[in-house]
Amino acid sequence: MTTREHDASVYEQVQESTEFQTLKRHFRRWTFPMTVAFLAWYLLYVVLSGWARGFMGIKLLGEINVGLVLGLLQFVSTFLIAWAYSRHAEKKLDPIADKLRHEVEEKTQ
Amino acid sequence: MSSTTLGMILFLAFVAATLAITFWASRQTKTAADYYAGGRSFSGVQNGLAIGGDYMSAASFLGIAGIIALSGYDGFLYSIGFLVAWLVALLLVAELMRNSGKFTMADVLAFRMSPRPVRTAAGVSTIVVSIFYLLAQMVGAGALVGLLLGITGEAGKAWTIVGVGALMIVYVVFGGMKGTTWVQIVKAVLLMGGAALVTLLVLGKYGFNLSALLGQAAATSGPPGNPGNFLIPGLKYGTEAQGLAGKIDLISLGLALVLGTAGLPHILIRFYTVPTAKDARKSVLWGIGIIGVFYLLTLVLGFGAAALVGKAKIAAGDAAGNTAAPMLAQQIGQDMFGPVGGTILLALIGAVAFATILAVVAGLTLASSSSFSHDLYAHVFKRGQASERQEVVVARVSAFVIGAVAIGLGILAQGQNVAFLVALAFAVAASGNLPAILYSLFWKRFNTAGAVSAIYGGLVSALLLVIFSPVVSGGPTALFKTADFVLFPLSNPGIVSIPLGFLCGWLGTILSKEYNAAKYAEIEVRSLTGVGAEKATPH
Repeated sequence: MTTREHDASVYEQVQESTEFQTLKRHFRRWTFPMTVAFLAWYLLYVVLSGWARGFMGIKLLGEINVGLVLGLLQFVSTFLIAWAYSRHAEKKLDPIADKLRHEVEEKTQ
Repeated sequence: MSSTTLGMILFLAFVAATLAITFWASRQTKTAADYYAGGRSFSGVQNGLAIGGDYMSAASFLGIAGIIALSGYDGFLYSIGFLVAWLVALLLVAELMRNSGKFTMADVLAFRMSPRPVRTAAGVSTIVVSIFYLLAQMVGAGALVGLLLGITGEAGKAWTIVGVGALMIVYVVFGGMKGTTWVQIVKAVLLMGGAALVTLLVLGKYGFNLSALLGQAAATSGPPGNPGNFLIPGLKYGTEAQGLAGKIDLISLGLALVLGTAGLPHILIRFYTVPTAKDARKSVLWGIGIIGVFYLLTLVLGFGAAALVGKAKIAAGDAAGNTAAPMLAQQIGQDMFGPVGGTILLALIGAVAFATILAVVAGLTLASSSSFSHDLYAHVFKRGQASERQEVVVARVSAFVIGAVAIGLGILAQGQNVAFLVALAFAVAASGNLPAILYSLFWKRFNTAGAVSAIYGGLVSALLLVIFSPVVSGGPTALFKTADFVLFPLSNPGIVSIPLGFLCGWLGTILSKEYNAAKYAEIEVRSLTGVGAEKATPH
């Protein structure tokens, strides 16, 4: 076991490394804009439910109206974003994270 | 055989099976990591099912189906908010939390802050949110017995709540996280099976034509004179009669739903039950799949109940609509297979609904007792000097106490829609917990004063706004019907209290000079890479 001070200096070194900065960038540049996007898309749907009821009530196919279709599209977009995130994480995040973890664990042992 | 007897037999079978699991789990629960986190040995798929089990509460099954049956389209809004919310958990919270925490939500906050004030705040907030949520489940249990067991008196309902509460205490005290997780898995499978069966029967009756089902729902349950309104927004939330405040209330509800999930303590501790962050990701992906499909089923259940049972009959059974799903099961069974079919399906769905409530209350009790023992007892009262053994004993005792409190409150609060009560719990979680969690994971400058003010600011403002809202006083549907101390026009506080939580956290941070660069480096590296993350315990 190492002391906490020693650990902290190792963490600061890793934090400054270009590899870690790349990992952080890959993580934040994907998840932050995506979070803004899906929240905006969801809020648009809620706002339409409050202020555009005529539009939501337009029938598209039999009794199935715009509101229902937009609601079901929220399900579709949620599934797609979840799937896209797992692909992004496996390709861009996991390899760097695994490599850094092994390096730090060797240094701190 | 009556459906009451059959329902009891099915329910007792579930209880017997889950008690056996609990007994088995109790023999394997030795360390604190076993009790709090099931030894971190569940697979991503198992935990994904358990996430579904924890999340598909009485609110989702009984509450949403009920709101759809009574108010059509507006109930659908709940399903969407509850589902999209999982993206916040997946993208921003699940993996980072698994990497940097140990047993509770407070572990992540206390990481780079002064532990005692932060753990106190997080512990209080965890217990408050869980009790709100527990209350909703207990109300659901009370509503169900009237229908299933033919018990309508207050005493009968009270005894049912006592029974449910006692069972949940047994699960949590003896089974810990391992037992509770298996109860969730069994329940998730039963609930999905039951909901899928009724959905198939309903769709089959309408030749798998969704449009025909919707048309019948509007014709049977739509507003007289203009049945088509049943399928467009605005029957319940933000009605034209409520004016602008009603529409803002709708936005407030929407915000609380989408931001609450990632702040729910009983959901957050699920991420600790798997060995690595990758498994946490996988379990959320499975959870999203299961929960999404389940909400599609409740859409059919709600409109099916509106079409086949009808709004008037549902509202007569339970004013808030909480019994729509079991009533639909009875009706469709009778339509397809005669009276015996109705009896069997009602018994089946009733037993599943009880199992659902039982499992969710167990998860909530575990979350709040873990936080009491690990955060308040071990780190605040004992200043980190408690032994693992003492911690687990205290966790078990507090599970007992919290269970008793939930029983008491559940008996007091009957008659509100369960999904609505849960939406309040979501608002409190999104205001009190989420700002602090996001700031501590992503904001370099965040500090102790910021964390404490984010939690108390969000929590207290959410609670005060609920107390002075039309939910608590001033109307025939309020908790106190005769008193009137309404100061805040919205029934959901989210639109005010969530930004307030973020604002308090920001203000508290910049007003305090404290800042620990080394600790931020550590949590940032650990959360993104998994260095030093808690390992699974071998068995």
